[in-house]
Amino acid sequence: MTAVLTKSSAHSIVEASPRAKIVAGGLVILYAVITILPLLWIVATAFKSQSDAIAYPPKVIFEPTLEGYVNLFTVRTRQTPDFIAKLPPPETWYDKLVRQRDMVIAGPSKVVPRFVNSLIIGFGSTFLAVFLGTLAAYAFSRFRIPLADDLLFFILSTRMMPPVAVAIPIYLMYRQLNLTDTRLGMILLYTAVNVSLAVWLLKGFIDEIPREYEEAALVDGYTRLQALRKVVLPQAVTGIAATAIFCLIFSWNEYAFAVLLTSGEAQTMPPFIPFIIGEGGQDWPAVAAATTLFVIPIVLFTVLLRKHLLRGITFGAVRK
Amino acid sequence: MTTILQPDDTMIPGVSEPAKSRATRRVRGLSDRTIAWLFVAPTIALLLAINIFPLVWMIRLSFTSLNLSMSYLPLRFVGLDNFTDILTDEDVWFRLQTTAQFVIWSVTLQVIIGFGLALLINRQFRGHSFWTRIILLPMMLSPAVVGNFWTLLLQPQIGPFNYLISLFTGVPPSSFSMTGQVSLAPWTIVLVDTWMWAPYVMLICLAGLRSIPDYIYEAAEVDRASAWRQFWSITLPMTVPFLMLAVLFRAIENFKMFDMVNLLTSGGPGSTTELVSITLKRAAFEKWRTGYSSALAIILFVTVFGAANIYVKALNKVKQR
Repeated sequence: MTAVLTKSSAHSIVEASPRAKIVAGGLVILYAVITILPLLWIVATAFKSQSDAIAYPPKVIFEPTLEGYVNLFTVRTRQTPDFIAKLPPPETWYDKLVRQRDMVIAGPSKVVPRFVNSLIIGFGSTFLAVFLGTLAAYAFSRFRIPLADDLLFFILSTRMMPPVAVAIPIYLMYRQLNLTDTRLGMILLYTAVNVSLAVWLLKGFIDEIPREYEEAALVDGYTRLQALRKVVLPQAVTGIAATAIFCLIFSWNEYAFAVLLTSGEAQTMPPFIPFIIGEGGQDWPAVAAATTLFVIPIVLFTVLLRKHLLRGITFGAVRK
Repeated sequence: MTTILQPDDTMIPGVSEPAKSRATRRVRGLSDRTIAWLFVAPTIALLLAINIFPLVWMIRLSFTSLNLSMSYLPLRFVGLDNFTDILTDEDVWFRLQTTAQFVIWSVTLQVIIGFGLALLINRQFRGHSFWTRIILLPMMLSPAVVGNFWTLLLQPQIGPFNYLISLFTGVPPSSFSMTGQVSLAPWTIVLVDTWMWAPYVMLICLAGLRSIPDYIYEAAEVDRASAWRQFWSITLPMTVPFLMLAVLFRAIENFKMFDMVNLLTSGGPGSTTELVSITLKRAAFEKWRTGYSSALAIILFVTVFGAANIYVKALNKVKQR
């Protein structure tokens, strides 16, 4: 009898009992469903017509349309039905869709240039930050640098500053240097923000590579740089990739600097999306379509990162 | 591998090496010392140019009355006037209070939900890793985009949020506005922030829970400690350092909060959700009071820097485990 009791209670925490598992699973799944609903709503809104998107009560079942996506990529003008009737027949499905609303496509919208800006600024700053970060992290990991801890703290502390506060002097400085609203300016700024994360994360990854490998290579006549390139870097490749994804996500999502320091030329997606305007306010299906397209890469990255997620979000403090 | 330790061929990295091996190294390439500086210098130079130089410039400006909308005026130094103006301004203190309340409530909720979820997920039910990944999604999104699409969800009438609430409570959906009502707006920003960041606390707590070795629980079982007792004497104390880390991260981030709230409520209605970063943005980029806003920025810097100090200490504590 006692043996049975101990055995069943031994399941309490180390290995949960089947019933505890079912309760836990139920609650977690409930939370997951509630938490994902807002995102599903946005994905669905992207396939709604303008009137379905602002219907009362909110529509769960609706006839899907690609209007939102068409509106996102085009600029349209309203025309009289007579005018549209006189036009030659529509050449493409999207021409047809737009004409059903008494509109004519006047040209492409700004979404593609903004998307390109996001890509260029994101990849440019990520490449620079990871490149600089790898060098610095290697030095911090392998050499005795005077005041190393202070330097590392200094590097980290630059990331602690409120972005709006940093933007004030940057705005003044960029005005003098003609870097306001340029991709180069944004790349430099994001590199500076990301390099602190890159140094901290990569130092952790490089610390984990046994020194013996390089030392053996040095004995074999490699120079330091050769040993770094041929021994350390191949070992650190996963860490470098994870770090790069974290930098890319930051640049991709960043809003405060982008909205304060860019207005057109170098504007990225986050400050652009809220200002996708239709007739009479925000064009919600188009906004939702932009949000969906913008979020998809992040979802993919989150899946890719699952092993290193914890490390990235804690600056390498927690390794698991 | 033992050859590495041969005394004649000292390859142990570091600057304090015998002069002889340093000489041989130079023949084969750059010395370690040179490489170390070459590798660290670009990062430090970039941070000096993009962070420190502007910071020093801003400190100088904080003692002036510069207003960019009247930049034709000669630069006038006003001493500590900006700082005394800010620290004696009731409005600024009110914004700081709003910010503090936002930080306290959002972090508290995130800790409760995050820790609770971590405890549940740690029971390792079937499919837990899939559902964990779903729960993690919100925190990876752009806060600005999140703030923007929640304005749609929270619209009275057309938004699904009010409609859902009315389904459960019977309150008509158009009778309240989550973003437009003074009594609700401060809770709205807490709600959306918690939606986004509870998974963050969860993930860190989960690492904490998994770091507790099974044998401790087994020993507790032998001593017939109740599940409740095990939670208070083992689970909680051993997770606290991780929890502290999560709290500090979230507190610092939320103290600086700008993007999500700026798009969700832009500080309104009135100034009920005007966090101090929004005040700063208005002073600097709408009123163009550069001198004044530089001083406010420095006050915020000092606050965050103090918090960062504590944070790094806590971080090292967790690392030692």
